[in-house]
Amino acid sequence: MSKRIQQHASLWLSLGAVLLIGIWPMLTGNALDRETAFTVLRAVALASSLNILLGYTGYVSFGHVVFYGLGGYVGFYLISERGWSLWLAILAGGLAAGLLAYLLGLAILRLRGAYFALATIGVNEAVRAFINNFEPFGGPTGMTLNFKIYKLYGGPANALQLSFYIILGLTLLVILVSYWVRTSKFGLGLLAIREDEDAAEVMGVVAPNAKTWAYVLSAVIPGMVGALVFFKNGTIEPGLAFPLNTSIVMIVMIMLGGQGTVLGPILGAAGYETMRDFLLVSPLFKNLQLAISGVLLLIIVLFIPRGLVGWLRQRYPKVRRLLI
Amino acid sequence: MILQVQGVTKRFGGLQALTQVTFDLPEGQILGLIGPNGAGKTTLFNVIDGVYTPEEGRVIFQGEDVTGKKPYYLARKGLARTHQIVRPLNELSVRENVMVGACFGHANANLKQAAQAADEVLEFVGLASKADQLAGSLNVAQKKRLELARAIAAQPKLLLLDEVLAGLNPSEIARMVETVRAIRDRGITIIMIEHVMSAIMNVSDRILVLDFGKLIAEGTPEEIAQNEKVIHAYLGDPKLAERLMQGE
Repeated sequence: MSKRIQQHASLWLSLGAVLLIGIWPMLTGNALDRETAFTVLRAVALASSLNILLGYTGYVSFGHVVFYGLGGYVGFYLISERGWSLWLAILAGGLAAGLLAYLLGLAILRLRGAYFALATIGVNEAVRAFINNFEPFGGPTGMTLNFKIYKLYGGPANALQLSFYIILGLTLLVILVSYWVRTSKFGLGLLAIREDEDAAEVMGVVAPNAKTWAYVLSAVIPGMVGALVFFKNGTIEPGLAFPLNTSIVMIVMIMLGGQGTVLGPILGAAGYETMRDFLLVSPLFKNLQLAISGVLLLIIVLFIPRGLVGWLRQRYPKVRRLLI
Repeated sequence: MILQVQGVTKRFGGLQALTQVTFDLPEGQILGLIGPNGAGKTTLFNVIDGVYTPEEGRVIFQGEDVTGKKPYYLARKGLARTHQIVRPLNELSVRENVMVGACFGHANANLKQAAQAADEVLEFVGLASKADQLAGSLNVAQKKRLELARAIAAQPKLLLLDEVLAGLNPSEIARMVETVRAIRDRGITIIMIEHVMSAIMNVSDRILVLDFGKLIAEGTPEEIAQNEKVIHAYLGDPKLAERLMQGE
């Protein structure tokens, strides 16, 4: 039974870390702190989502931002042009991303390794190109929200505050989903696929289904986050919605914290965002922050391929059960 | 009949790996499968468990035509196997490896049942003390036992063992042979590929001999040991065969 308590300890640790990030700006009451925390939570939500596919299932998606962008566009369009409420738009953004992942899963999840990774880049670029030419979504110039819409949410200041609570809620939701997957029978099947897909199939894991659902789960919340972020942003355009480097940064965060663990992507995302904030305001490094994330990825892959949490698990076997 | 293989032919490009292989396997037997290297033994396993689809012929498992079905379909229906070249899930613990077998195989256990089953099976194959280690850290003999444990945990009806004795020392072989018998006594039908002749002659109820993808002989161990074709193709020295039958 103590094993069960220990397993849950890892969930409390993860939820606690997210809550800490969420509570900090409420304590300081500073709007700037709140915006910083928003960025960090967004990163945690995206990285933890991708971790379900990359860390648990072993499929590297270089184009995961496509779900964020698509969710953003669908949500934005429904709010701006169709007058939907923010809540429904967020749900719709998540659904659209999940649906795209389901359809893509049928098509490209049979590819393995580098071929899958390349296909995901192709998908991101294809969707971006499509939206660039899709008039209802504003084509290359995108769309801008009428500021009157914020009045429905108590004015712009309140809308920002509301957005912060929602991103906190979504991030906590990702952690719950990630933890559930990691400790479920479904998740055990994913881990088996990651280690050896053919052997997993011989043992009875229905790999095509399991992979597709992992892909869908990893896409839904980025879609919801996208809808929220662009509502808050007030404007959307293809370059903002589908930046390839955000996909890469998501991978760096996961690798930094430890792929395949619940806690890893949280620490990785928070750590990376903090570093990036520091680099952006320092006059020396502000133009080099992407280069630095590249070098960071190289160092992680070379020296601590399992990331911070993976390294801790390896170094201190006693904490292995605590840090899953 | 738990398994019927009817006229199975498998080609890889120009290579004829299996030609018109036909046999029936009644429940509860241990069937030995022998033959020189490259005779098509592992290919036959891969056709039976759905890794390969044969060009001709049918595989009937528990009365259902399963030709061309996926490996996971067969696993859920009651087939389990070990691999000649071990395939542990390296970054998972030994217990988790076995739980995968119990969860997704014929046993279809939930996590709690699977953990329990895993501990029992690990005890049975003598790996209980390694349960919390990562599977990648085991040595080859232990990895072979792990393959076996995963397969048994699935509670299969039919178990395919691909050279579980290879690379083991004599005392490990003796233990493994006992383990295989104990599995049969649990009511699991077994087909085993083996090169360790003394062991397979001892443990099998019936033996099939493959050579160049063709079934060249079938019978009891005694019949096989005296079969002219088998001696010529595989055993080489007739006296050797007799000595093996003494079982050293």
